[in-house]
Amino acid sequence: MKNKYSIFSLIKNAFSSHENWQRAWRDPEPKKEYDAIIVGGGGHGLATAYYLAKKHKITNIAVVEKGWIGGGNTGRNTTIIRSNYLWDASAGLYDHALKIWEGLSQELNYNVMFSQRGVMNLAHNLQDVRDLKRRTHANRLNGIDAVWLNTDEVKKFCPIINTSPDIRYPVLGGTLQKRAGTARHDAVAWGYARGADQLGVDIIQNCEVKGIKRDGDQVIGIETSKGYIKSKKIGVVAAGHSSVIANMAGLKLPLESKPLQALVSEPVKPIIDTVVMSNAVHAYVSQSDKGELVIGAGTDSYVSYTQKGSHNIVEETLRAILELYPIFSRMKMLRQWGGIVDICPDASPIISKTQVKGLYFNCGWGTGGFKATPGSGDLFAHTIANDEPHKLNAAFNINRFVSGDLVDEHGAAAVAH
Amino acid sequence: MFIINCPYCGERDQTEFSSGGEAHIARPKQPTELSDDEWAEFLFMRKNIKGIQFERWNHSHGCRKWFNVVRDTSNDKIHAVYKMGEKPPVNK
Repeated sequence: MKNKYSIFSLIKNAFSSHENWQRAWRDPEPKKEYDAIIVGGGGHGLATAYYLAKKHKITNIAVVEKGWIGGGNTGRNTTIIRSNYLWDASAGLYDHALKIWEGLSQELNYNVMFSQRGVMNLAHNLQDVRDLKRRTHANRLNGIDAVWLNTDEVKKFCPIINTSPDIRYPVLGGTLQKRAGTARHDAVAWGYARGADQLGVDIIQNCEVKGIKRDGDQVIGIETSKGYIKSKKIGVVAAGHSSVIANMAGLKLPLESKPLQALVSEPVKPIIDTVVMSNAVHAYVSQSDKGELVIGAGTDSYVSYTQKGSHNIVEETLRAILELYPIFSRMKMLRQWGGIVDICPDASPIISKTQVKGLYFNCGWGTGGFKATPGSGDLFAHTIANDEPHKLNAAFNINRFVSGDLVDEHGAAAVAH
Repeated sequence: MFIINCPYCGERDQTEFSSGGEAHIARPKQPTELSDDEWAEFLFMRKNIKGIQFERWNHSHGCRKWFNVVRDTSNDKIHAVYKMGEKPPVNK
C-alpha cells in the first residue's frame, strides 16, 4: 500500500508541518466503459467498490456521486452501530457488519474511530419490557451479546438518566449490547474511498446520473452530467434517491423517502460514555469525541426530499430527552439537519438483483443504514460479482414483497435504528 | 413543516394532518383474481416521486376528513388541494 499511514509517517510529516501529506484518492475523469459502475458515493457504495476490487478482483470500477463522497446520509446520521436485531435474517446481516467493524481500521489503514462503548435500549412500559426481553433472548440464540438491565442497573450504567417512577415515560429497564457503539462517519467514507482508489477504482464526484440505458432487459450504461458511461453491471446505492434512479430504469420500488433529523449540542466535557436509545419516545443520544451531544430524532410522516425536516419532530424528541436527562435542560443546540431516508414497508433493506439483468439495488436502509456499511458493501459486492446473493442477504431480495416473506423489523426491533 | 389548506376547515398547520401517502391507487376490483405480482404492486410499490406528487391527507386533529393534495416533494410547496372524488385540478 502506497502512502501507508503509521506512527512513522506521522512523525515524518510533523517535521514538515504536515504540509506534505498526499491526497488520499485521485480525481479522475470517467472512462468510456467500466466492468461495473456503482451509483452513489456514500459509505455503502464506496464499501461495495472496495470489496468488489479486493475480494472479487473486479478493479475496473467507477463510483459516480452527484455531490461529494460521504455528503449524503453517510455524513448525516448519528453514527450508531449495533446488531441486536430480532429476526435471524437481520441478526445475521447486522452482526456480519459488526464483525467487520471490529477490524476495519486495521484493514483500511485508516482510523474510523470505532468505539465499542455499548448501546442501551430503554423500556418504558410493560410491552417494551416484554419485547426487549424477547429480543435479548433471540439475540443470545443467534450468538449476539445482549443483556437485560433492570432500572437500578440502567441507572448504574448511565447515571444521568432520570429513573424516577413519576415521569411520563418511566424507565422500567433496558437492554445492553456491549459490542455496539459508534464510529466516525466521515472517516468510514474516506477510508473506503482511499482503499478503493488504491485498488484502481475511479471515484467520480460531481457526476449526477441522468438516465439508465437498457437494451431489452439488459442494462448497458448510464447517462451522467459528465457524459455517457458504458457498463453491463450497475449497482445502485442511492439511499433516499433510489426510487428516482429506479424510475429511470423503468422500475418501481417499495420505498418511501422521508426526512430523518438529527441535531448536535454545543460541546461539553464528557458526560455520557455510551449510547442510549429509547424507541417508545423516539430519542437517542450519545456524545461525540468533540463533546457534542449527538441526538437522533424521528422521521416526518410524509414523503419529502427537502433534507430539512419539521420543527415539531425535533420538539418532541427534545421534550423526551429533557425528561430522561434533566441535566441537559440548559444546553444549547448548535446544528440541526435532515437526511432523506428510503423506508421499506417492513423496515428492512433490499440488497438484490432486479428484473433488469446487470442492474442491482442496495436500498431501503431507512433510518438505520450506517451501522451496516461494511457488511452491506461486502454482501452487495458478492451479489454483483456472482450475480447471486450471498446467503446472508438472500432474505433481503426484492421479491419478498411478492412472496410475502417479509423481514418485519418495524414492530419487532422497533423503529429507532 | 408547512400549512395545508383543508377543503373543509381552511388553512391549518401540517401537524394537524396525517399523511396517507400516494393518491389514486385504485383498490383492485376483483381481488380474488389478482396474481401475487399484482398484489405486490397494489400493496407495496410506490412511485415515491421527487417532484409533483398526488397524495392523500387526513385532517386527523380537525374535521377528520380525507382529501387530496398536489405537492412538490422537492420543496414541500403545495400546488392544489381537492376533495375526494373530485378530478385533480392539474394534469396527473
